[in-house]
Amino acid sequence: MNNIIESTIVQEQELADLIVAALNLEIQAGDIDPEAPLYREGLGLDSIDILEIALAVSKKYGFQLRSDDSDNVKTFSSLRNLNEHVQQNRTR
Amino acid sequence: MAQVAAISHADAADVVAYNGGQPVTAAFFLADVERVAESLPASSHLVNFCVDRYHFAVGLIAALVRGQISLLPPNQTPDMLRQLQRDYAGLYALSDSPQQPAVIEEVMYPQAAEDSGRHSSTSRFTVPAFAEDQVAAIAFTSGSTGKPTAHRKTWGALARGAAAEAERFALHREGRSTLVATVPPQHMYGLESSVLMALRGGLALHAGRPFYPADVAAALAEVPGDRVLVTTPVHLRAMLNEEIALPELRLIVCATAVLSLEMAAQAEACYRAPLHEVYGFTEAGMVATRRTVQGQLWHCLRDVRLRRDGDDVKAAGGHVEKEVPFTDVVELDGADQFVLHGRNADLVNIAGKRTSLAYLNHQLNSIEGVRDGVFFMPDESGEGVIRLTAFVVAPGISREALVGALRTRIDAVFLPRPLYFVDALPRNATGKLPREALLQYAAGLKRGGRD
Repeated sequence: MNNIIESTIVQEQELADLIVAALNLEIQAGDIDPEAPLYREGLGLDSIDILEIALAVSKKYGFQLRSDDSDNVKTFSSLRNLNEHVQQNRTR
Repeated sequence: MAQVAAISHADAADVVAYNGGQPVTAAFFLADVERVAESLPASSHLVNFCVDRYHFAVGLIAALVRGQISLLPPNQTPDMLRQLQRDYAGLYALSDSPQQPAVIEEVMYPQAAEDSGRHSSTSRFTVPAFAEDQVAAIAFTSGSTGKPTAHRKTWGALARGAAAEAERFALHREGRSTLVATVPPQHMYGLESSVLMALRGGLALHAGRPFYPADVAAALAEVPGDRVLVTTPVHLRAMLNEEIALPELRLIVCATAVLSLEMAAQAEACYRAPLHEVYGFTEAGMVATRRTVQGQLWHCLRDVRLRRDGDDVKAAGGHVEKEVPFTDVVELDGADQFVLHGRNADLVNIAGKRTSLAYLNHQLNSIEGVRDGVFFMPDESGEGVIRLTAFVVAPGISREALVGALRTRIDAVFLPRPLYFVDALPRNATGKLPREALLQYAAGLKRGGRD
C-alpha cells in the first residue's frame, strides 16, 4: 500500500517537473500543490499553457490528450487528477 | 436601403453546418433561427456566449431578426461584463452552457425538440434579409482609461467582408467547403472567418471548437469535401510539434499573430495545403491576406484602399465603411498592398487577444493598495508565446490577493509572468518609465533570484 502512495508521489513529481519545464514557470515543481487547480485560480494556467502541457505529455508519455474522451475540466482540476489521466493512458 | 440576406445558400437543401458529423441544411438553420428569435427576450443588446459554433451562428442571425445587437467584448471578466451592463441597459447573455458566476442575466439557447428532423427540407424557403446599415455587432478595443471603445459593425459591412474573404480564397463559387475552426466565434477573426465566411460564402461550418491537436484531426475527419482549417499560430505550432496527421485539407487560414515563414513553410509541406494569413484589426475588421510562403507583402481584400495621411496609414473602401487608421506600423506598396513593420509600442497582442499597456497599467493601478505599478512586454525570444512582465509597489497586499484582483479586471492571457513586488519603480528624472530601464531592472531582479 505504501509503495503505491510512494509511486504516485514520484509520478506526480515527475509530471510537475514536466509542467514547470514546459511552461518556464518561476516556481519549483515541489511548490505545486497536487490538489490545487491548475487552471485559472490556483496555478493560474490558461488555454495556451494547456496546449503546451498537452504537447509535453504526448512527447513523454506517448498519448494525445483529447477533449471528448475525458472530462477536461476534471483532468486539469489538479495535478493529482492529471496524473491519474496520464497513468491510465500512457503508452511509454 | 439595400437588403442583404442572412445566408447566401441558394437552395433549402444546401448544407450550412455539420453538427456531430451530421449535415444541417439551410432550411433547418432558418427554422432554428426563427425558433430562437421568438424565444429571445425583448431587449436591444446581447452577448452571445454560445460555445457551439452552430448555436452561435443561429443566435447571431436570430438577434438580427429581432433587431438586436451582439456585443463582442474583448474579454469576459466580471468587471468587463458589469461595465457593459452599465453602458447597455437590459443587456443579457445567450448561452448554451451556464456561465459561472453569472454576472448578467442569462438566457439559455433553446434546444430543438428531438423529432424536428434535421435533414428535412421544407417547401417554404424564405431567407430573412436585413438592411445594409442595420448594426449587427459592436466590437471593442480597450481604451487607455479603462473604458472600452465601441466599434459598430453593420450587417452590410460584415456580409461584404465575409464575401470578399471567401472570394479571395476562391471558395465562394463551389460552396462545398467546410470551415473547421480552433478559434472562438466571439471575436472579430472568429466571427468573420469561421461563421460569416460560411454564411455569406455559401459554405458550411463545423459546429465544434476543437482544442487539442487530436481534436482538430477528429473534427476535420467528420466533414466531407473540401476542408478549410481556420486557426492561429498557437494551435498550428501545437499541431506541427505533435506531428499530428490531418485529413486532406484544401486551405489553412491563420490569424491573430504574424506567423514565421519557417512555420508557414512547415505547415504547407506537412499538410499539403496552401496557408494564408489574414490581417485585420478591430476597428476595420479584416483588411488583407497573404500566402506567407510567397512573400511578406499583404494584399488588401476587394475594394479596400490604403493611403498615407501624415504619420498614419488609413484604410477605407469595400467592407471598411469608415476610414480608419492602422494600429500597426506599415509601409505602403501602392494603394492595396503593404508590408507590416511592427506593432504599435503600446499595443499588446497575446494569442490574438489585444489590449494596450496603458489599459493594463490603469487596471493595475486602480487596485486598492497598489501605490505604483507598470506592465511591459519583454523582447521576443524565439518560439512560443511571450508573456507580460509587471512590477508593482504594493506593500501590504499578498501576491495571491493582487493576482486575484487582476484576474477580475483583465483577461488571463495578460496576467503578468513574472510579477515582481518591488520597493520603487525605476522612474527617470521626469517620472517616466523608459522600456530600456524596465528591461534592465527585470534583468537585475532575475539575476538576484526570486523576490
